[in-house]
Amino acid sequence: MVEIMHKLSLYFQFPFVQYAMIVGVLIALCASLLGVILVLKRFSFIGDGLSHVAFGAMAIATVVGLTTDMLITMPITVLCAVLLLRKGKRSKISGDATVAMVSVASMAIGYLLVNIFSTSGNLSGDVCSTLFGSTSILTLTNTEVWVCIVLSALMIAVFIIFYNKIFAVTFDENFARATGTPASLYNLIIAVVVAVVVVLAMNLVGSLLISALIIFPTLSAMRLFKSFKSVVICSAIVSVLCAVIGMLVSIVAGTPVGSTIVVANIAVFGVFWLIDIIRGSR
Amino acid sequence: MSQLSCKNLNIGYGSKTIIDNLSFEVESGEYLCIIGHNGTGKSTLMRTILRLQPLNSGSITLDDGVKLNEVGYLPQQTPAQADFPASVWEIVLSGCLNRCGVRPFYNANEKKRANHYIDMLEITPLSKRCYRELSGGQQQRVLLARALCATHKMLLLDEPTASLDPDATQELYRLIKDINQKEGITVIMISHDLTVATQYCDKVLKLGDSPFYGTRTEYIQSMQIEHNDNQGGEVNG
Ligand SMILES: Nc1ncnc2c1ncn2[C@@H]1O[C@H](COP(=O)(O)OP(=O)(O)O)[C@@H](O)[C@H]1O
Ligand SMILES: [Mg+2]
Repeated sequence: MVEIMHKLSLYFQFPFVQYAMIVGVLIALCASLLGVILVLKRFSFIGDGLSHVAFGAMAIATVVGLTTDMLITMPITVLCAVLLLRKGKRSKISGDATVAMVSVASMAIGYLLVNIFSTSGNLSGDVCSTLFGSTSILTLTNTEVWVCIVLSALMIAVFIIFYNKIFAVTFDENFARATGTPASLYNLIIAVVVAVVVVLAMNLVGSLLISALIIFPTLSAMRLFKSFKSVVICSAIVSVLCAVIGMLVSIVAGTPVGSTIVVANIAVFGVFWLIDIIRGSR
Repeated sequence: MSQLSCKNLNIGYGSKTIIDNLSFEVESGEYLCIIGHNGTGKSTLMRTILRLQPLNSGSITLDDGVKLNEVGYLPQQTPAQADFPASVWEIVLSGCLNRCGVRPFYNANEKKRANHYIDMLEITPLSKRCYRELSGGQQQRVLLARALCATHKMLLLDEPTASLDPDATQELYRLIKDINQKEGITVIMISHDLTVATQYCDKVLKLGDSPFYGTRTEYIQSMQIEHNDNQGGEVNG
């Protein structure tokens, strides 16, 4: 135990580890807030699709050779989010299919581009790191850290300011519309927020695991809590705790950051699920 | 002066017309019941009045100082709400959103308003409970309280008793009549239940093959004539 503490305190002297912690916590917080909206609006599949789009965009950024990937990944993902949400509104089934189509297409094109144009000697390592985010959280540049912090703070502010509106639009869009709430505007805001959070979260857990970061905390919280506010608060706490524990464990045990965080989330979900069952059977 | 006047409405989805050339008016404080078989376009008409869907032709005007966002609405229930984690209080309060404008949070007045309608609909003991764990009748009261928070002039209700047992149905009808009489709120209600059309409302609008628009007494008379014309024949449902 003492040994572990010693090891941790040693690691924490490095600024990149400190940055990783800060950014990780903020991203986890954003992802969980967003998750509440996506799960309750039944938009989980859009979050999943967008994470694949972000992978394709990342591949383009790599090929173009930008140092700050977000300059490309952010606009592409935001654009796709807006288009997908539009489409999903008009007809549900074809909306589903569209998301699936866009998502596999981005994966295929992304991998193809990287394969053809990559100059790196460790191709599969690069791809794996983009998919599972093994180390990217530790290799953020100073600029990226600040961009992450500012954008996360902005996302959280948007969520708090629009909290009541988001609740109304999520619970019953027709009623909100009928009583004069500009629901399309809020859906647009939600789409943009999803895209931004997906791009940010790619740094933490990689594009394949983003969905887990978004939906698990909410699903866990919904097992135990029954009002909107308590679900939001609980999923935020669960998400941040899992991110911190996941990162600490991965530092000490040398496991991949993303997978460790997701496993922590799965464990919490299991525990909450058990508690729910035990409570129910009494 | 009439509060809502609809002239020569043509309503439908895209090029498909569902209701053609419909005109009617609703006075302030009136109770209008819309009846008709399933699929005759009752919900579509209500959604069009609320601008949830475009009007093909004709005109819908709200007068008497009612703004569109001051209309309360109780939608036909959607399955999406079934597993939503939300407390009764959160849902009722969300009816006040149209009063907030750009202000992000509810003020004391709005909370008082929500409390007032929770009291009036006799759901005070439930206010901390989870919506999805309530009975059908309790859920409809919650949605009715939310609709009342959104308006002080006009309520639009789409089959509020569709999934309720007979006792809960009668209770809800009584409450709606109370709201109409005591608060002076105009009520437009869709129902497939003839008790409303023959007992509670002021006017009846029937859509479908044998359309009708007139007062409740006229409607009862027209039913009797129809009944005498074809003994044992169809009674509207
Ligand atoms: N989204 C839609 N697109 C096309 N047609 C629809 C849609 N919703 C309902 N309809 C059709 O419109 C007609 C009227 O539906 P509705 O207004 O729900 O009837 P009611 O409420 O009177 O039972 C039905 O024939 C239905 O098939
Ligand atoms: Mg209907």
